[in-house]
Amino acid sequence: MGKRRNRPEFRRRCIQLVSALLYNAHLPGFLSGSIFKGPVKGVCVPGLNCYSCPGAVGSCPLGALQNALSNLPNKLPLYIAGFLLLVGVGLGRVVCGFLCPFGLIQELLHKIPSPKLRKNRWTRKLSWLKYGVLAVFVVALPVWYAFARGLPVPAFCKYICPAGTLEGGFPLLALRAEYRSLAGWLFSWKALVCVAILILCVFLYRAFCRFLCPLGAIYSLFSRLALLAVRVDGDLCDSCGACVRTCEMDVKRVGDHECIQCGRCAQVCPKQAIYFGKERTSCK
Amino acid sequence: MKKITAARLLTACAGALALAAGIVQGGYRDTLSKAVRICLECVGIG
Repeated sequence: MGKRRNRPEFRRRCIQLVSALLYNAHLPGFLSGSIFKGPVKGVCVPGLNCYSCPGAVGSCPLGALQNALSNLPNKLPLYIAGFLLLVGVGLGRVVCGFLCPFGLIQELLHKIPSPKLRKNRWTRKLSWLKYGVLAVFVVALPVWYAFARGLPVPAFCKYICPAGTLEGGFPLLALRAEYRSLAGWLFSWKALVCVAILILCVFLYRAFCRFLCPLGAIYSLFSRLALLAVRVDGDLCDSCGACVRTCEMDVKRVGDHECIQCGRCAQVCPKQAIYFGKERTSCK
Repeated sequence: MKKITAARLLTACAGALALAAGIVQGGYRDTLSKAVRICLECVGIG
Protein backbone atom coordinates (compact mmCIF):
# COMPACT_ATOMS: atom_id res chain seq x y z
CA MET A 1 0.00 0.00 0.00
CA GLY A 2 2.84 2.37 0.91
CA LYS A 3 4.69 1.57 -2.31
CA ARG A 4 1.55 2.02 -4.45
CA ARG A 5 0.79 5.38 -2.84
CA ASN A 6 4.35 6.60 -3.33
CA ARG A 7 4.66 5.51 -6.94
CA PRO A 8 3.20 8.70 -8.45
CA GLU A 9 5.50 10.78 -6.23
CA PHE A 10 8.48 8.65 -7.24
CA ARG A 11 7.54 9.12 -10.90
CA ARG A 12 7.27 12.87 -10.41
CA ARG A 13 10.66 12.96 -8.73
CA CYS A 14 12.19 11.03 -11.63
CA ILE A 15 10.68 13.48 -14.13
CA GLN A 16 12.04 16.38 -12.12
CA LEU A 17 15.53 14.86 -12.04
CA VAL A 18 15.54 13.99 -15.72
CA SER A 19 14.37 17.46 -16.72
CA ALA A 20 16.99 19.09 -14.49
CA LEU A 21 19.67 16.95 -16.13
CA LEU A 22 18.35 17.65 -19.63
CA TYR A 23 18.27 21.39 -19.02
CA ASN A 24 21.88 21.23 -17.79
CA ALA A 25 23.30 18.55 -20.05
CA HIS A 26 26.43 20.53 -20.93
CA LEU A 27 28.44 18.74 -18.28
CA PRO A 28 31.92 19.79 -19.53
CA GLY A 29 30.94 23.34 -18.59
CA PHE A 30 31.09 22.42 -14.91
CA LEU A 31 34.75 21.46 -15.30
CA SER A 32 35.92 24.30 -17.51
CA GLY A 33 33.68 27.14 -16.29
CA SER A 34 32.47 27.79 -19.84
CA ILE A 35 28.87 28.04 -21.00
CA PHE A 36 27.17 26.17 -23.84
CA LYS A 37 26.96 28.14 -27.09
CA GLY A 38 25.12 25.80 -29.44
CA PRO A 39 22.06 26.82 -31.50
CA VAL A 40 19.60 25.12 -29.14
CA LYS A 41 20.50 27.77 -26.56
CA GLY A 42 18.15 30.08 -28.42
CA VAL A 43 15.25 27.85 -27.32
CA CYS A 44 13.77 28.45 -23.87
CA VAL A 45 13.32 25.68 -21.34
CA PRO A 46 9.94 25.85 -19.58
CA GLY A 47 11.28 26.03 -16.00
CA LEU A 48 13.54 28.42 -14.13
CA ASN A 49 17.09 27.59 -15.18
CA CYS A 50 19.73 30.28 -15.58
CA TYR A 51 21.32 30.33 -19.02
CA SER A 52 24.60 31.34 -17.42
CA CYS A 53 24.73 28.02 -15.62
CA PRO A 54 27.78 26.23 -17.10
CA GLY A 55 25.59 23.23 -17.86
CA ALA A 56 22.56 25.04 -19.33
CA VAL A 57 21.70 24.04 -22.88
CA GLY A 58 18.63 26.28 -23.22
CA SER A 59 17.56 29.77 -22.33
CA CYS A 60 15.73 30.88 -19.22
CA PRO A 61 12.25 32.16 -20.13
CA LEU A 62 12.42 34.92 -17.52
CA GLY A 63 15.82 36.14 -18.66
CA ALA A 64 14.68 35.97 -22.28
CA LEU A 65 11.51 37.91 -21.44
CA GLN A 66 13.38 40.70 -19.66
CA ASN A 67 15.88 41.02 -22.48
CA ALA A 68 13.08 41.05 -25.05
CA LEU A 69 11.28 43.80 -23.10
CA SER A 70 14.55 45.76 -23.14
CA ASN A 71 14.22 45.90 -26.94
CA LEU A 72 11.05 47.98 -26.68
CA PRO A 73 9.87 50.07 -28.44
CA ASN A 74 11.86 48.82 -31.44
CA LYS A 75 10.73 45.22 -31.20
CA LEU A 76 7.81 43.50 -29.50
CA PRO A 77 8.65 40.42 -27.36
CA LEU A 78 6.65 38.11 -29.62
CA TYR A 79 9.04 35.15 -29.54
CA ILE A 80 9.04 34.75 -25.78
CA ALA A 81 5.38 35.75 -25.49
CA GLY A 82 4.46 33.00 -27.94
CA PHE A 83 6.56 30.48 -26.02
CA LEU A 84 4.94 31.40 -22.69
CA LEU A 85 1.43 31.27 -24.18
CA LEU A 86 2.00 27.82 -25.64
CA VAL A 87 3.61 26.37 -22.51
CA GLY A 88 1.03 28.06 -20.33
CA VAL A 89 -1.99 26.74 -22.18
CA GLY A 90 -0.44 23.30 -22.58
CA LEU A 91 1.08 22.72 -19.19
CA GLY A 92 0.41 25.69 -16.92
CA ARG A 93 1.93 25.07 -13.50
CA VAL A 94 2.67 21.45 -14.34
CA VAL A 95 6.01 23.07 -15.19
CA CYS A 96 6.39 24.06 -11.54
CA GLY A 97 5.52 20.64 -10.21
CA PHE A 98 7.42 18.52 -12.69
CA LEU A 99 9.82 20.49 -14.88
CA CYS A 100 11.54 23.13 -12.77
CA PRO A 101 15.03 22.38 -11.41
CA PHE A 102 14.81 25.12 -8.80
CA GLY A 103 11.51 23.70 -7.60
CA LEU A 104 13.24 20.34 -7.22
CA ILE A 105 16.07 21.90 -5.21
CA GLN A 106 13.57 23.53 -2.86
CA GLU A 107 11.69 20.26 -2.35
CA LEU A 108 14.90 18.40 -1.56
CA LEU A 109 15.93 21.09 0.94
CA HIS A 110 12.54 20.78 2.62
CA LYS A 111 13.29 17.14 3.31
CA ILE A 112 16.03 18.17 5.76
CA PRO A 113 14.68 17.33 9.21
CA SER A 114 13.65 20.55 10.96
CA PRO A 115 10.56 22.22 12.39
CA LYS A 116 8.27 23.07 9.51
CA LEU A 117 6.17 26.20 9.05
CA ARG A 118 2.73 25.18 7.89
CA LYS A 119 0.70 27.30 5.52
CA ASN A 120 -1.70 29.79 7.08
CA ARG A 121 -3.60 32.93 6.11
CA TRP A 122 -0.38 34.96 6.18
CA THR A 123 1.39 32.70 3.73
CA ARG A 124 -1.70 32.88 1.56
CA LYS A 125 -1.54 36.69 1.62
CA LEU A 126 2.22 36.61 0.99
CA SER A 127 1.68 34.40 -2.06
CA TRP A 128 0.40 37.48 -3.93
CA LEU A 129 3.87 39.04 -3.63
CA LYS A 130 5.13 37.09 -6.64
CA TYR A 131 2.75 39.00 -8.89
CA GLY A 132 4.31 42.20 -7.62
CA VAL A 133 7.78 40.80 -8.36
CA LEU A 134 6.60 39.93 -11.86
CA ALA A 135 5.07 43.35 -12.46
CA VAL A 136 7.97 45.39 -11.07
CA PHE A 137 11.18 43.45 -11.65
CA VAL A 138 10.36 41.43 -14.75
CA VAL A 139 8.20 43.91 -16.63
CA ALA A 140 8.24 47.50 -15.32
CA LEU A 141 11.93 48.00 -14.59
CA PRO A 142 13.28 46.50 -17.85
CA VAL A 143 10.68 48.51 -19.82
CA TRP A 144 11.47 51.70 -17.90
CA TYR A 145 15.21 51.34 -18.44
CA ALA A 146 14.62 50.61 -22.12
CA PHE A 147 12.50 53.74 -22.64
CA ALA A 148 14.27 56.10 -20.25
CA ARG A 149 17.90 55.09 -20.68
CA GLY A 150 18.04 52.75 -23.67
CA LEU A 151 19.75 50.18 -21.42
CA PRO A 152 18.96 46.46 -21.14
CA VAL A 153 18.47 45.76 -17.43
CA PRO A 154 17.09 42.33 -16.51
CA ALA A 155 16.13 43.56 -13.06
CA PHE A 156 14.84 40.26 -11.67
CA CYS A 157 17.95 38.39 -12.80
CA LYS A 158 20.19 41.16 -11.55
CA TYR A 159 18.74 41.79 -8.09
CA ILE A 160 16.74 38.73 -7.03
CA CYS A 161 17.01 35.47 -8.97
CA PRO A 162 18.48 32.83 -6.66
CA ALA A 163 18.66 30.29 -9.50
CA GLY A 164 21.11 32.53 -11.34
CA THR A 165 23.29 32.85 -8.27
CA LEU A 166 23.16 29.17 -7.38
CA GLU A 167 23.49 27.73 -10.88
CA GLY A 168 25.55 30.45 -12.53
CA GLY A 169 27.21 32.71 -9.99
CA PHE A 170 28.60 30.19 -7.55
CA PRO A 171 29.97 27.70 -10.12
CA LEU A 172 31.46 30.38 -12.38
CA LEU A 173 33.15 32.23 -9.54
CA ALA A 174 34.45 28.96 -8.17
CA LEU A 175 35.90 27.94 -11.54
CA ARG A 176 37.09 31.25 -12.97
CA ALA A 177 39.44 33.53 -11.02
CA GLU A 178 38.75 36.51 -13.31
CA TYR A 179 35.10 36.54 -12.19
CA ARG A 180 36.06 36.33 -8.53
CA SER A 181 38.07 39.53 -8.92
CA LEU A 182 35.01 41.29 -10.40
CA ALA A 183 32.56 40.26 -7.69
CA GLY A 184 31.44 43.20 -5.55
CA TRP A 185 28.44 44.36 -3.55
CA LEU A 186 25.96 43.01 -6.10
CA PHE A 187 27.30 39.51 -5.80
CA SER A 188 27.28 39.79 -2.00
CA TRP A 189 23.64 40.89 -2.14
CA LYS A 190 22.64 38.12 -4.51
CA ALA A 191 24.50 35.51 -2.49
CA LEU A 192 22.70 36.71 0.63
CA VAL A 193 19.31 36.51 -1.10
CA CYS A 194 20.10 33.07 -2.48
CA VAL A 195 21.29 31.64 0.83
CA ALA A 196 18.36 33.19 2.71
CA ILE A 197 15.88 31.63 0.28
CA LEU A 198 17.56 28.23 0.43
CA ILE A 199 17.56 28.26 4.23
CA LEU A 200 13.93 29.37 4.29
CA CYS A 201 13.03 26.43 2.05
CA VAL A 202 14.22 24.04 4.74
CA PHE A 203 11.44 25.32 7.01
CA LEU A 204 8.84 26.47 4.51
CA TYR A 205 7.85 24.30 1.57
CA ARG A 206 8.86 25.86 -1.78
CA ALA A 207 9.19 29.33 -0.25
CA PHE A 208 10.54 30.87 -3.46
CA CYS A 209 7.80 29.36 -5.63
CA ARG A 210 5.07 30.50 -3.32
CA PHE A 211 6.18 34.06 -2.63
CA LEU A 212 8.67 35.27 -5.22
CA CYS A 213 8.77 33.29 -8.46
CA PRO A 214 7.56 35.42 -11.37
CA LEU A 215 7.57 32.42 -13.72
CA GLY A 216 5.15 30.61 -11.43
CA ALA A 217 3.10 33.81 -11.39
CA ILE A 218 2.98 33.77 -15.21
CA TYR A 219 1.99 30.11 -15.43
CA SER A 220 -0.61 30.55 -12.69
CA LEU A 221 -2.49 32.88 -15.04
CA PHE A 222 -3.24 29.78 -17.12
CA SER A 223 -4.56 27.69 -14.23
CA ARG A 224 -8.09 27.55 -15.68
CA LEU A 225 -6.97 27.06 -19.26
CA ALA A 226 -4.12 24.58 -19.01
CA LEU A 227 -4.79 21.38 -20.88
CA LEU A 228 -2.81 19.19 -18.49
CA ALA A 229 -3.80 19.73 -14.87
CA VAL A 230 -4.97 18.05 -11.69
CA ARG A 231 -8.77 18.04 -11.64
CA VAL A 232 -11.62 17.03 -9.36
CA ASP A 233 -14.48 14.81 -10.51
CA GLY A 234 -17.46 16.65 -9.09
CA ASP A 235 -19.60 13.49 -9.13
CA LEU A 236 -17.23 11.68 -6.76
CA CYS A 237 -16.03 14.52 -4.54
CA ASP A 238 -17.76 14.88 -1.17
CA SER A 239 -15.88 18.08 -0.19
CA CYS A 240 -14.09 16.48 2.76
CA GLY A 241 -11.17 18.87 2.28
CA ALA A 242 -8.44 16.24 2.67
CA CYS A 243 -6.84 17.45 -0.56
CA VAL A 244 -6.47 21.07 0.55
CA ARG A 245 -5.34 20.08 4.06
CA THR A 246 -2.62 17.80 2.64
CA CYS A 247 -1.40 20.28 0.07
CA GLU A 248 1.61 22.30 1.20
CA MET A 249 0.98 25.10 -1.30
CA ASP A 250 -1.41 27.93 -0.47
CA VAL A 251 -4.33 26.48 -2.40
CA LYS A 252 -7.97 27.11 -1.60
CA ARG A 253 -9.04 24.33 -3.92
CA VAL A 254 -7.36 21.75 -6.11
CA GLY A 255 -6.13 23.27 -9.35
CA ASP A 256 -6.36 26.92 -8.39
CA HIS A 257 -3.64 29.43 -9.26
CA GLU A 258 -1.44 28.32 -6.33
CA CYS A 259 -1.56 24.65 -7.28
CA ILE A 260 1.68 23.32 -8.76
CA GLN A 261 -0.14 20.28 -10.16
CA CYS A 262 2.07 17.82 -8.28
CA GLY A 263 -0.82 15.40 -7.73
CA ARG A 264 -0.13 14.65 -4.06
CA CYS A 265 -3.76 15.45 -3.30
CA ALA A 266 -4.86 12.61 -5.55
CA GLN A 267 -3.05 10.16 -3.31
CA VAL A 268 -4.98 11.17 -0.20
CA CYS A 269 -8.46 11.61 -1.69
CA PRO A 270 -10.67 8.98 -0.02
CA LYS A 271 -13.10 9.03 -2.95
CA GLN A 272 -10.39 8.92 -5.63
CA ALA A 273 -12.08 11.95 -7.11
CA ILE A 274 -8.85 13.67 -8.16
CA TYR A 275 -7.19 12.83 -11.43
CA PHE A 276 -4.57 14.18 -13.78
CA GLY A 277 -5.39 15.22 -17.34
CA LYS A 278 -8.20 16.80 -19.29
CA GLU A 279 -11.68 17.42 -17.91
CA ARG A 280 -13.97 14.41 -17.65
CA THR A 281 -17.13 15.98 -16.26
CA SER A 282 -18.05 19.33 -14.76
CA CYS A 283 -15.94 19.95 -11.69
CA LYS A 284 -16.72 21.53 -8.32
CA MET B 1 -16.55 23.41 -21.09
CA LYS B 2 -16.96 24.63 -24.67
CA LYS B 3 -15.93 28.13 -23.61
CA ILE B 4 -12.76 26.76 -22.02
CA THR B 5 -11.96 24.72 -25.11
CA ALA B 6 -12.48 27.76 -27.29
CA ALA B 7 -10.31 29.87 -24.99
CA ARG B 8 -7.59 27.22 -25.08
CA LEU B 9 -7.66 27.05 -28.86
CA LEU B 10 -7.57 30.80 -29.13
CA THR B 11 -4.64 31.06 -26.71
CA ALA B 12 -2.74 28.27 -28.44
CA CYS B 13 -3.28 29.89 -31.85
CA ALA B 14 -2.20 33.27 -30.50
CA GLY B 15 0.87 31.64 -28.99
CA ALA B 16 1.78 29.85 -32.19
CA LEU B 17 1.30 33.00 -34.26
CA ALA B 18 3.31 35.09 -31.82
CA LEU B 19 6.10 32.51 -31.76
CA ALA B 20 6.21 32.36 -35.55
CA ALA B 21 6.14 36.14 -35.86
CA GLY B 22 8.80 36.40 -33.18
CA ILE B 23 11.09 34.01 -35.03
CA VAL B 24 10.60 35.98 -38.26
CA GLN B 25 11.41 39.28 -36.54
CA GLY B 26 14.58 37.81 -35.04
CA GLY B 27 13.49 36.82 -31.56
CA TYR B 28 15.26 33.47 -31.65
CA ARG B 29 18.43 35.15 -32.88
CA ASP B 30 18.26 37.81 -30.15
CA THR B 31 17.65 35.17 -27.46
CA LEU B 32 20.53 33.08 -28.73
CA SER B 33 22.92 36.03 -28.94
CA LYS B 34 22.18 36.88 -25.31
CA ALA B 35 22.28 33.30 -24.08
CA VAL B 36 25.70 32.45 -25.52
CA ARG B 37 27.31 35.24 -23.51
CA ILE B 38 27.69 34.96 -19.77
CA CYS B 39 25.01 37.15 -18.23
CA LEU B 40 27.02 39.19 -15.75
CA GLU B 41 23.84 40.51 -14.12
CA CYS B 42 22.53 36.98 -13.59
CA VAL B 43 25.69 35.81 -11.85
CA GLY B 44 25.89 38.96 -9.74
CA ILE B 45 28.85 40.69 -11.29
CA GLY B 46 27.54 43.45 -13.55
